[in-house]
Amino acid sequence: MGAYVIHRLAWLPVILLIVSFITFALGRFGPGDPVEVLMGQYTDPDVVERIREQRGLNDNIFVQYGRYVSDVVQGDFGESFKYRGRTVSELLKKKMWVSAQLNLAALFLSVSVGVPLGLFAALRQGTFWDTGTIAFTLLGQSIPVFLTAPVVLLIFALKLDILPTHGWGGLFDTRVILPAIVMGVPGIAIITRLTRASTLEVIGQDYIRTARAKGLSEFTVQRRHVLRNAMIPVITMLGFSLAGIAFTSFIVERFFGIPGIGNLFIESIFARDFPIINAVIIIGTTMFVIANLIVDLIYPCLDPRIRLGGAYAT
Amino acid sequence: MLREQAQPSLSEQGQGSPSYWAISIRRLLRKKIGVTCLVIIAIMYGSGILAPLVTPYGYNDQDLSITKQSPSLSHPFGTDRLGRDNLTRIIYGLRTTVIITVVTLVTGSLALGITLGLLAGYFGRFIDTLIMRVGEVSSSFPEIFLVLIIVSTLKPPITSWIREVEDVVGFDIVSLGVVDYLVLSLALAIFSWFAMARLVRGQVLQARENQYVEAARSIGATTPRILLRHLLPNVMSPVIVTVSAGLAAVAGSEVLISFLGIGIQPPTPSLGLMIFENGSISVLRSDPHLLLFPVLTLSILLFTFNLLGDAVADAFNPRAR
Repeated sequence: MGAYVIHRLAWLPVILLIVSFITFALGRFGPGDPVEVLMGQYTDPDVVERIREQRGLNDNIFVQYGRYVSDVVQGDFGESFKYRGRTVSELLKKKMWVSAQLNLAALFLSVSVGVPLGLFAALRQGTFWDTGTIAFTLLGQSIPVFLTAPVVLLIFALKLDILPTHGWGGLFDTRVILPAIVMGVPGIAIITRLTRASTLEVIGQDYIRTARAKGLSEFTVQRRHVLRNAMIPVITMLGFSLAGIAFTSFIVERFFGIPGIGNLFIESIFARDFPIINAVIIIGTTMFVIANLIVDLIYPCLDPRIRLGGAYAT
Repeated sequence: MLREQAQPSLSEQGQGSPSYWAISIRRLLRKKIGVTCLVIIAIMYGSGILAPLVTPYGYNDQDLSITKQSPSLSHPFGTDRLGRDNLTRIIYGLRTTVIITVVTLVTGSLALGITLGLLAGYFGRFIDTLIMRVGEVSSSFPEIFLVLIIVSTLKPPITSWIREVEDVVGFDIVSLGVVDYLVLSLALAIFSWFAMARLVRGQVLQARENQYVEAARSIGATTPRILLRHLLPNVMSPVIVTVSAGLAAVAGSEVLISFLGIGIQPPTPSLGLMIFENGSISVLRSDPHLLLFPVLTLSILLFTFNLLGDAVADAFNPRAR
């Protein structure tokens, strides 16, 4: 197991080098010279040349890339082109905190609604409530955020006029509610479905019958014996949902005007602000790889038949 | 497994002995959900492909005297801020989706994925390691970031290259929006081949141990012949399942990228672009039809893709009843 983790983590720098080199090269060879972006309308060839020299942009691309990597290793992502005089780390820290809070709120919502709902449906298997819940989860999973965002806006902001629609004020501000709901819907659907399925599996087990037989109250049986065992696959799923979050973040942040990492990334692409683009990609890739690794590590704990480090699954 | 495969053909022997394909397709057509999905997708794709024929207006026909009209008889989905017919633009947006999904799946999943998967599985060793390592790296980071970067960076050089081609051909290509389609499909294809390659490789690893491969080799069949005539047909059913499962993802990616303003550029209509242009609270307040119709069309399309994927997986699974 230890060897497997080390093996997987050893891949991380390789992947990061490849990905960051691709973006770095695209930034240098693509359209829009960084200095011209920096200078805007004002272009005096002498000044441009001096800045190029100063920033080392005249060197070989591999030399430039090497310098960039050694800076990044020391935690220095350079200076933004667009927001002059501000370091990338400083900008990212602020925006990432916003996105993280939003995702946390969405995650909290999916778990706190999804788990009870799944349990509720499973304990009433075959009834109207169960069928209704399944229908809801199917719908919630396949409706794109593109639809939920405007519909939620239409209902809560325009028709009922009870919640604000735009902007960001932190986790304890009413403005977090609508985007969190929109981001949470797919999560609620997935978690409800998963909880229902695993609960159904658990309540058929012998130890549940034993628990009932020895006279425990129904509440204790459900909480201590059913729920605890049914939660294991749900926890695994949380790791997976990380991958989907990048996707929805882009849409939700745009719809609700939230100054998060998704908006910053798009803004930077338009401004050809490559220090920021590179940094976002490096951080995003690292998080993605680590999240996948954690999911892989949890798997064998759930199902001893799964072995780590095998050849490619067929 | 053999017996289960044989069973359906036994019951239908009156019509000769139907192939595995005929059985699977018949099984798909027997499902109400499968047929419904196929019909909806056929309508959407059909109207997208035949957009110039089925739409009464052009997608860029502006009429500033009728801007932002609510749905009416002459404009069933209303008109946008430039007086363009909303329904027409949605149908042309569907055409964009059709082109992107088909081109991406054909080039990425089918051409690249199957070829590389066949090569990796059949030859093994160095080729296998190379292909699988490259694929693993490409699937181990959030690809949406790189797709965005690649699209935004490669478009200008490819546009200027096509302009040069135009000078030779003497035909205006760029204004058709071909560049957007090309770059977007290319970028999506780069990241969509690996799932297919891995699947085909796994199937080939199993299939190549069969005696028919050895028999073919012993009578002197060439490697391409073995790959294409003997191995490929035997791995086709999981390929079909994977393609139908991937449709929604490709369509969704196109919409997302255009929504972010990087994919399809105006005036070429795309559902993502229409959602982006009208995706604000003020439009929702004054002209909700401008946002809701494209969004609903997209939702129905994605929902149908998902249902179809499940139905196809059921129908083409040899172990299913």
